[in-house]
Amino acid sequence: MNIDYSQELPVIERSITLADIDRLIAKPLDEKPDKKFFIALSITLTLLLIGAVSVTYLFLNGTGVWGLNQPVGWAFDITNFVFWVGIGHAGTLISAVLYLLRQKWRTGIARFAEAMTIFAVMCAGIFPVIHTGRPWLAGYLMPYPNQHGLWVNFTSPLVWDVFAVSTYFTVSLVFWYVGLIPDFGILRDKTASKLKKTIYSIFSLGWRNSHRNWQHYEKAYMLLAGFATPLVLSVHTIVSFDFAVSIIPGWHTTIFPPYFVAGAIFSGFAMVVTVLIFVRKVFDLQEIITVNHLEKMNKIILVTGSMVGYAYGMEFFIAWYSGNPFEQFVFINRAFGPYAWAYWIMVSCNVIIPQLFWFKKIRRTIPAMLVIVILVNVGMWFERFVITVSSLHRDFLPSSWGYFVPSIFDLGTLIGSFGLFFTLVLIFTKTLPVVAMSEIKAVAEGAQPSHNGGKH
Amino acid sequence: MNANKLFGLTALFNTPDELVHAAAKVNELGYKNYDVHTPYPLHGMDAVMKLKPSKLGYITLSFGLSGAAFALLFMYWAMSIDYPMIIGGKPYFALPAFVPITFEVTVLFATLATVIGMLAFYFKFPSNSHPLHDTPYMKAVSSDKYGICIEADDVLFDFEKVNLLFKELHAQTISEVYFPAVERTNIFEPKFLTLLVLIALLTSGATYVTLNKLIYLTPFDWMMNQNRVNAQSKSLFYTDGFGMRKPVEGTVARNYIPYEYKGLAAPVVPLSNPLTPTNEVMNLGKKRYLTFCSPCHGNLGDGDSRLRGQFPNPPSLHSEKVRGWLDGNIYHVIVNGQNVMPSYASQLSRDERWAVIHYIRALQKAKNASPSEIIEAKKEISSNVAP
Repeated sequence: MNIDYSQELPVIERSITLADIDRLIAKPLDEKPDKKFFIALSITLTLLLIGAVSVTYLFLNGTGVWGLNQPVGWAFDITNFVFWVGIGHAGTLISAVLYLLRQKWRTGIARFAEAMTIFAVMCAGIFPVIHTGRPWLAGYLMPYPNQHGLWVNFTSPLVWDVFAVSTYFTVSLVFWYVGLIPDFGILRDKTASKLKKTIYSIFSLGWRNSHRNWQHYEKAYMLLAGFATPLVLSVHTIVSFDFAVSIIPGWHTTIFPPYFVAGAIFSGFAMVVTVLIFVRKVFDLQEIITVNHLEKMNKIILVTGSMVGYAYGMEFFIAWYSGNPFEQFVFINRAFGPYAWAYWIMVSCNVIIPQLFWFKKIRRTIPAMLVIVILVNVGMWFERFVITVSSLHRDFLPSSWGYFVPSIFDLGTLIGSFGLFFTLVLIFTKTLPVVAMSEIKAVAEGAQPSHNGGKH
Repeated sequence: MNANKLFGLTALFNTPDELVHAAAKVNELGYKNYDVHTPYPLHGMDAVMKLKPSKLGYITLSFGLSGAAFALLFMYWAMSIDYPMIIGGKPYFALPAFVPITFEVTVLFATLATVIGMLAFYFKFPSNSHPLHDTPYMKAVSSDKYGICIEADDVLFDFEKVNLLFKELHAQTISEVYFPAVERTNIFEPKFLTLLVLIALLTSGATYVTLNKLIYLTPFDWMMNQNRVNAQSKSLFYTDGFGMRKPVEGTVARNYIPYEYKGLAAPVVPLSNPLTPTNEVMNLGKKRYLTFCSPCHGNLGDGDSRLRGQFPNPPSLHSEKVRGWLDGNIYHVIVNGQNVMPSYASQLSRDERWAVIHYIRALQKAKNASPSEIIEAKKEISSNVAP
């Protein structure tokens, strides 16, 4: 337990050879899925089926099957959307921001986090489409020359959202694929199966590990990281504009963009830690995804959790300091009104419990951190619920006050989104290398030339 | 020995240091067409190989800026020119509100251009038929070995010399790589042709079924079968059976100017034309005449209908009778109709009717005038200005 933090910790714990790294990471792809995998898959597919049934029922009957109604016109749909987009922020942050900051430890977890980003954005994308009630008209969100002679309203935050989320998805996917190209090359040269070789060849595009290619590749990776960094900040900023640009008390706040971004990183890291705890165990990757990695992520969770806590406090301060009676009412109502239970779940899970990460022992104990990160995920879901629902349920006129209670279709859709996410994660672990093989090799001990330029 | 053309000679090393040393040596000897292959990018290799810095950033920059300009100009055009609309009291060109989308499009263009530029322009990918593929050399360098390959098309390439050089550098394995035998495929192979025919049949069949059958099935016909009244169809909701509601009695359209002799056989006192025949008025009159009058009266007013007997031909507008009419008489006919001619009151506004009358007068004059009068008339019209 005595770790010298003044030295950079080795990225890979045990010294393993480069060929071993390949073998270890490619192992799940070469082996037939075992019984445990199918049990896990059947659970996630059941969840997915629940979601599919709920959504089908929704399409047949309209949004009336949900619990939302005036004045709470946005409830689980938007809560889930913001929640999943937030989860999707960790991947790009790890792969882009930590890359620019030269954090070598990112290599072990970047691929997985990027994959989770893509899956989370896919889950998120469902909700805005289905909550319109007429999902078959979603094409109108795109500005294309149509026979109505109309364009979308480019000054609307909801249209910004469409651009932000679709750009984020595209860029994350491209970034992920670029990272995968050398690994496809490795897999192509390793595999014995002819079919797999054809598939890997197609996706590797003919990658040759040539240094003349590596040179441009590294440049491209840096440029992509440079673009993905402001992009990741812009996406949740724009998501927060969906609320902040409106004039509802409790939404109309300038603190929303940084507050949302911090919350997104917070929840995203929590989700990555949750999944990685299982992945490193199941696929025997403890040497590559080490406790040091998890500890570093826990530190980021602690920092962003405290930032979120600061934002909670600052919202109350501004409600008092602005002297706006509506703003004050909304915040007092938030903490002590009908949705106080949700508010206090949020505060305890997001602000109080992560403070346990101040203790090194807890940061490095897997069961403890698993409990904490799951609670963080719960808390962050409730944060979006509190923002969306508790700001709406007390309208300006007391005669239009209401109370939102989710219907089983609300819950079914939420469960279904988790089913989709974990199904995709499971399929990913069996089809693609969950750790970037070429990147991990580059940070292994003795992988880089010594400083005397090879003169022995 | 292999019968195919030699691509190059390769050498494998166990450590990155040995490869850096080898690459430095090869570069020093003046070889140009050589490349090193490593499982991951080796730091410092750019300097050893004396590679120029990658110019990929210029692609990124130019496409990023194009993306920004495109987004901004497009939104400007859509929101200010093509369909100007005031939203939230903001100006048509609401720059702050355009920032998010401009940023997103910039990032999208720059990212896609960087990746596509790198893969297609710099790497010339996809290239799965490169001679190095499927060689033991490639399998080694993609795993844990460090390789160098000197290509046979280098001017300094000499098999024995290169072989000796690699031996001196203590290469672990030295192997030659040949171009693969060229594969030739006959496109008239019956199997391939059958496949093409099948694809064609499948595509056209699927298209036919989709466009002619599928879209009329539930749920794709939901938009067609809605609870609504289609134009001209009977309403089951209103007692009078009309789907369309008529305005309240006495409702007057905007800009409607009543005509006092409507319904009479002839105007009591024919009105005089209030418009001055300017170029604009004549052009408007011509346009409306050609749209509404010419189908029956003919393009020049000769009564030569284009309707091929589906509607009785009217008499010529150049008859003594019509030429002798006052403008107000023609106006009366346009508003009221005459014999089988229906009223055009709902098609033409008051000013348009008078403009059409000016045009008819011009036609009459042109058909029945001497050349000097035409020149005079043209002069007069072009010197007129709107009051």
